[in-house]
Amino acid sequence: MSNKIHVSTKVNGDEVEFLCDPRETLLDALRDRLNLTGAKEGCGTGDCGACSVTVDGRLVCSCLMLGAEAEGKEIATIEGMAEGGELHPLQRKFIEHAALQCGVCTPGILVAAKNLLEKNPDPTEEQVRYWLAGNLCRCTGYDKIIRAVMDAAEEMRGAA
Amino acid sequence: MALDEVKPVVETGESYDSNKEFKYVGTRPNRPDGLDKVTGRAKYGADHAVANMLHAAVLRSPHAHARIVKIDTSKAEAAEGVKAVVIGTDLPEGLTGGDLHLQENTLARDKVYYDGHAVAAVAATSALAAKDAVKLIEVEYELLPHVIDVDEAMKPDAPVIREGDQGPTVPEGMHPNVVNYMEFGHGDLEAGFAAADLVLENTFKTEATHQGYIEPHACVGQLGEDGKGEMWVCTQGQWFIRKMCAAVLGLEASNLRVTPSEIGGGFGGKTTIFSEAISLALSRKAGGRPVKLVMTRSEVLRATGPTASTSMDVKIGMKKDGTITAGSVEFRMQGGAWPDMAPTGMALNCAFASYDMPAVHHVGYDVLANRPKAAAYRAPGSPMAAFAVESLVDEMCRELKLDPIEVRMKNGAKEGTKASYGPTFKQIGLMQTLEAAKAHPNLQAELGPNQGRGVACGFWFNHGGETSVTLALGNDGTVTVSAGTPDIGGSRASVALMVAETLGIPYDHVRVNIVETGALGFNEPSHGSRATFATGKAAVESCNQAIKEMCRRAAKKWGIDEDAVEWKDGAAHPAGPNAGEFPPMTIKKIAQSMGRSGGPISGHHETTAGGVGESFGTHVVDVEVDPETGKTTILRYLVVQDAGRAIHPSYVEGQYQGGAAQGIGWALNEEYVYDDMGRLQNPVFLDYRVPVASDLPMIDTVIVEVPNPGHPYGVRGVGETGITPPLPAIANAIADATGCRMRHLPMTPVKVLKAIKERVNG
Repeated sequence: MSNKIHVSTKVNGDEVEFLCDPRETLLDALRDRLNLTGAKEGCGTGDCGACSVTVDGRLVCSCLMLGAEAEGKEIATIEGMAEGGELHPLQRKFIEHAALQCGVCTPGILVAAKNLLEKNPDPTEEQVRYWLAGNLCRCTGYDKIIRAVMDAAEEMRGAA
Repeated sequence: MALDEVKPVVETGESYDSNKEFKYVGTRPNRPDGLDKVTGRAKYGADHAVANMLHAAVLRSPHAHARIVKIDTSKAEAAEGVKAVVIGTDLPEGLTGGDLHLQENTLARDKVYYDGHAVAAVAATSALAAKDAVKLIEVEYELLPHVIDVDEAMKPDAPVIREGDQGPTVPEGMHPNVVNYMEFGHGDLEAGFAAADLVLENTFKTEATHQGYIEPHACVGQLGEDGKGEMWVCTQGQWFIRKMCAAVLGLEASNLRVTPSEIGGGFGGKTTIFSEAISLALSRKAGGRPVKLVMTRSEVLRATGPTASTSMDVKIGMKKDGTITAGSVEFRMQGGAWPDMAPTGMALNCAFASYDMPAVHHVGYDVLANRPKAAAYRAPGSPMAAFAVESLVDEMCRELKLDPIEVRMKNGAKEGTKASYGPTFKQIGLMQTLEAAKAHPNLQAELGPNQGRGVACGFWFNHGGETSVTLALGNDGTVTVSAGTPDIGGSRASVALMVAETLGIPYDHVRVNIVETGALGFNEPSHGSRATFATGKAAVESCNQAIKEMCRRAAKKWGIDEDAVEWKDGAAHPAGPNAGEFPPMTIKKIAQSMGRSGGPISGHHETTAGGVGESFGTHVVDVEVDPETGKTTILRYLVVQDAGRAIHPSYVEGQYQGGAAQGIGWALNEEYVYDDMGRLQNPVFLDYRVPVASDLPMIDTVIVEVPNPGHPYGVRGVGETGITPPLPAIANAIADATGCRMRHLPMTPVKVLKAIKERVNG
């Protein structure tokens, strides 16, 4: 068997460490080593976005990054999105707008949408659609997802 | 839902009260599982892990058709971390019919029938160790000629895929790959065509598409030497998993306990088994250690159940005023290398379902090809049939210069129409959807250059099916509902709304759990658009039983006859002044004292649900076609569909929008592409291109409500109809925009551009 690599990193603000095979992806490490199963593997090739997380603030498909590359980084996943028991406005709006059916793409879409609103608090519908073009949803036709993101953005601008 | 699974209706009865006003039904509360699904807590198939668990990997055929000469697993067995290896001959012999076909597809025995067919599997201490070990298995193949295209597979010189599986109705002399033949109709076809001013006939083709659920199949199976086992699995139907795995492995069904995970999409594709029995077989060989098996996306596309590809002839007769006088179809459909998987029968039944026609004739062929074993995909067969028929109707409307909505209103099926497939329709809402479409502002939008508008109707039967539900009263007056249909798009919310309405208690006092196979009688999967209809109906009956018992407890306490007690607003009341003067006894009060008044209170109902109501829809789409690239852009999209009654309108709209989006993908992008060796060329999402957010506009919806008298709240079922009209509606819009009639899906930029050039060059 291959040698395992020791990785120290920060996930959702907490210091964590794990051992992983050099071939393991960050997604594998999050799910299998740290039991953070909110990020999903829908394709393993970076096409569906269900595994979206941020690494040092940058949106990535965690299936395209190795676990070993997480060393010294700051990673944010869906599990860290609600703060202190309070849902992020995007999470709340997704429930209110019925923006999920099966829900398996939802964690990745929420992480991606949050990253968008941090960069652009006032996106157009077209900007939201293009930003989320890397996150596949097969259930909703995206209509209610786009509405939920636009509505959350509006609420967040009002609160800012 | 395969045709042979349609059960005889044993319960009918009209239970809908059209005068009743509702407090909860028709509202839009937050779904009960929403919080878990926005926080990442919800547990899907691959999110489960148990102690001592092994991981599986599967070796798959690289050939479309080959005989297995020899399999040597010795190197894999000796590899580090490997605990078990299984091949086809490890599974019990002697199965027949559909069970044999499931087993052959689970693990090939003598032959591989398609690229991706499972040949062997390994369980090891890690997923990487299992993947490494699989590469050490040596398989010797003898290559056989293969066939992919349905029309090619019927030709006399086509390679024979299976012998001895030809059904008794197939005309003599046809190729063995033609395994089923069907023919039906009514009326005088020739007289109908003779009475027409215009008779048109054309051939249409559609390519295989995949459901494209984002969650790959995943399970954790455990099976001991005593034949007792457990499974955690993402599925649309835990009892189907139990039944099929038990059959494939020779187990007693009740010894297998199957727990459904949250499900990340199914659309029909998770109503059967693919590799679930492999995890159990590996577990048994590994001394009963649990085995996790998670498919990759490529495995999903290569080796689960896409839909049929088709070749379809349609002939229709129409008078100058738009009256349709006759219609006939011949559908040829391949459903992979096993019989009965192509939805030919249902496609035929759906073909002319939207029309009231004096003469119809249907012929269908179920054909084998070296492709994966097809599974249900949202309204199986109906989208293809609609593409052929609704495209041809549109061609005729254009030729006779008639309005496509008016022609459909002139000929549309309504109450009393003898359906093209036999029965007489009761209350249906096709006309109302056409009226609502006509009145929608999208029809007033002006079209610019290279833009076009298309209209089409669609149909699905809907389904009742075997259903068992239990409701239990908690000691605080809240209730738990145990349901057997996995919640694939918000059905917990709709069932909770109907229970709250019936019991007269708040929505959030109802918890709906999707339970394992040991907790209820047999339930069919969430298929056939049946979950809200059938589980809802059984839940309401369970409420009624519990209400009866609660009234009995109150009567006992008050010392009056139980018939003198009535239930309203969540409490037992004396039924009128003659019953006596007692303050209402609330559900909470009854619950708190139920231990002393006779014990736990519950309600239960099981049925093969009858009273199904069909759902019709009308779609209107505006497109723009780029004349330089052939690319089609959807500008506006309108879905109008009869829901019967929308229990939770947001999730009804969601079904309409999702069905339309899948139909748009089918129409424009999606297809299985094979090379000349019969290998699938696009088994990744980059190349199997489903619609993304930037491909689509908002999808406008209108919910028409023509209540179904066979359901206590008028529900019809809304899941499937929405995928049927997009294929022809978009083809009709492209014809309007370009003058080019596209008769072969998908309508990719390459194909559309070619058609435009051919038209321009004459």
